[in-house]
Amino acid sequence: MTSTTAAAPAPVAKPAQGTTGGPARGVRRKWTEHGLVFVAPFLVVYALFLIWPLVSGLGMSLTSENITGSGGESVGLDNYAEAVRDPDVWSSLWNTVWFTVLSTVPLVVVGLVLALLAHQLRVVQWLWRLSWFAPFLLPSGVVCLLFLNMIFPSGFGLADQLLATVGLTPEIGWLTDERYAMLSIVATTVWWTVGFNFLLYLAALQAVPAHLYEAAELDGAGAWKRLLHITLPMLRRTTGLVVVLQVLASLKIFDQVYIMTGGGPDESTRPILQYVYQQGFTGYRIGYASAVSYIFFALILTVSLVQPLLSRRRAEEAAK
Amino acid sequence: MSGSATVTTRPAPGSGRSADAGGRRPRWTPGRIALLVVALLLTAAWLLPLAWAVATSLKPEGDTTRTPFSWTGSRVTFDAYSKVWESGDLMVWLMNSAYISVTTTVLTVVTCAMAAYGFTRTDFRGKRLLHGLVLAGIMVPPQVLIAPLFREMVQLGLVDTYWGVILPQVAVPAMVFILVKFFEGVPRELEEAAFVDGAGRWRVFWTIVIPLSRPVLAAVAIFTFISTWNNFLWPFLVTTDPGGMTLPVGLVSVQSTFGVRYAQIMASLVIAGLPLLIVFAFFQRQIVRGIAHTGLAGQ
Repeated sequence: MTSTTAAAPAPVAKPAQGTTGGPARGVRRKWTEHGLVFVAPFLVVYALFLIWPLVSGLGMSLTSENITGSGGESVGLDNYAEAVRDPDVWSSLWNTVWFTVLSTVPLVVVGLVLALLAHQLRVVQWLWRLSWFAPFLLPSGVVCLLFLNMIFPSGFGLADQLLATVGLTPEIGWLTDERYAMLSIVATTVWWTVGFNFLLYLAALQAVPAHLYEAAELDGAGAWKRLLHITLPMLRRTTGLVVVLQVLASLKIFDQVYIMTGGGPDESTRPILQYVYQQGFTGYRIGYASAVSYIFFALILTVSLVQPLLSRRRAEEAAK
Repeated sequence: MSGSATVTTRPAPGSGRSADAGGRRPRWTPGRIALLVVALLLTAAWLLPLAWAVATSLKPEGDTTRTPFSWTGSRVTFDAYSKVWESGDLMVWLMNSAYISVTTTVLTVVTCAMAAYGFTRTDFRGKRLLHGLVLAGIMVPPQVLIAPLFREMVQLGLVDTYWGVILPQVAVPAMVFILVKFFEGVPRELEEAAFVDGAGRWRVFWTIVIPLSRPVLAAVAIFTFISTWNNFLWPFLVTTDPGGMTLPVGLVSVQSTFGVRYAQIMASLVIAGLPLLIVFAFFQRQIVRGIAHTGLAGQ
């Protein structure tokens, strides 16, 4: 996302080249005045509600504090030592990673397939956008309550009813059976958010220069050849971006699990954020919750820092 | 990837707005018809849950769990809607959501645009350090901060207030990043000329720079509005009083009190889902462009 190290920083307030003997000094001063005033409002909010909690959370993670702010005695690294030994931390982390693996693949692949279809069939563009992107605009509460109440219940839920129309009555506990609960959450997530990736891919497809296709067509390349040798290579960068954005989004899963399964059955779908919530907000151990938050943060940071390295390596290999 | 190029003098009906095809009308080959069938099946799969929600909300309460299923129940009725409407909660949550989302969006766009402009066009001591600090913040997911942020809100007395929901969602470093990228690409001549004409810094910003950046500001605004409207975790943590809840949080909080009145649950979901879908219907192209723009800004 932010590998802007190589690029030179913007020229710092260089007055534009004056062709008529240079601008007046007053003009040059205008370029540089009021700088702090422009950035101040943002920086104040930023310092108060991002930097400060980040720092104070680190401090809290070293105490035995509870949610009301009392009982905060310094316990050093005890919270972290406990978290590393806590099987619930590990299982929640594993559920989070597992959900990320299970959801990223279909969310990227289906997003790409939908975009390719919509790009090919430009006749009813509004219909594709409406049906595949509109769910993304619904709040998680709406989506999850819909699937929880009307799609997944056994017997009368739409999932079972549709299976019944083709003569199958497997009586699956979509959200109550440990084997299927996570998959049901993944399916709901794909339905809900694939439209975002679909749009990113669609924008990338529309940016592929038409003359490439025309040239290939003149060379007699068929549709498959054009897809494999022009479209997919041109989408490589977009895919890299979509995968990273998706992994980072999937790691933060909370809403769907909290609303649809509450982390069950038998904590098999509980993600790390829900464990933080349970420890800090229902168990009142906010110091411990902060420590677990920072472990989660380390995971997110690792993913976001490894990504630029990978994409740079790939770019170098491609350049050879 | 379309069929052979047949240059038409008139743009094909329906494909008018895609300027990339250069007025070519693809032929309906068997292959493309097959693709159309696949696309329509996928569309049906995506629309089915939404259609089911609407259908259920129009059934009498006794018919919602009938098997084998029917789309209409024994009759079509708006009972569920009037019941949900009478309870009044939904209206309160809608207003809360609207107020919080609009305020957050305005504050985010104004503060991020000013900051981005300050970082690209002005100079002051410590600028690069501060800019670096803001860029580093892109790496911090707000979800990591819930525990310390909540305690801070307790100390500031902002739990169960609008500001408690709004303020943590305002300073979005990624939006500053997007706007910095944009401002870097704006030539300086216009501003320079205005300075020479004696305009002040503020006037140049509000009357020249802001109008120039309308598309990118719209993209940031749309993105912010959608994510604020749909945000669940933070409003859920910081509001305990039903009167102050946003729509997604309110719905989830009363879910258990509905029991098995599925028609009413679905009616409230339809009402809750409609505002953004209506917005989408009107601003489809801006929203699509905005999402693509902000999503692809990382490249």
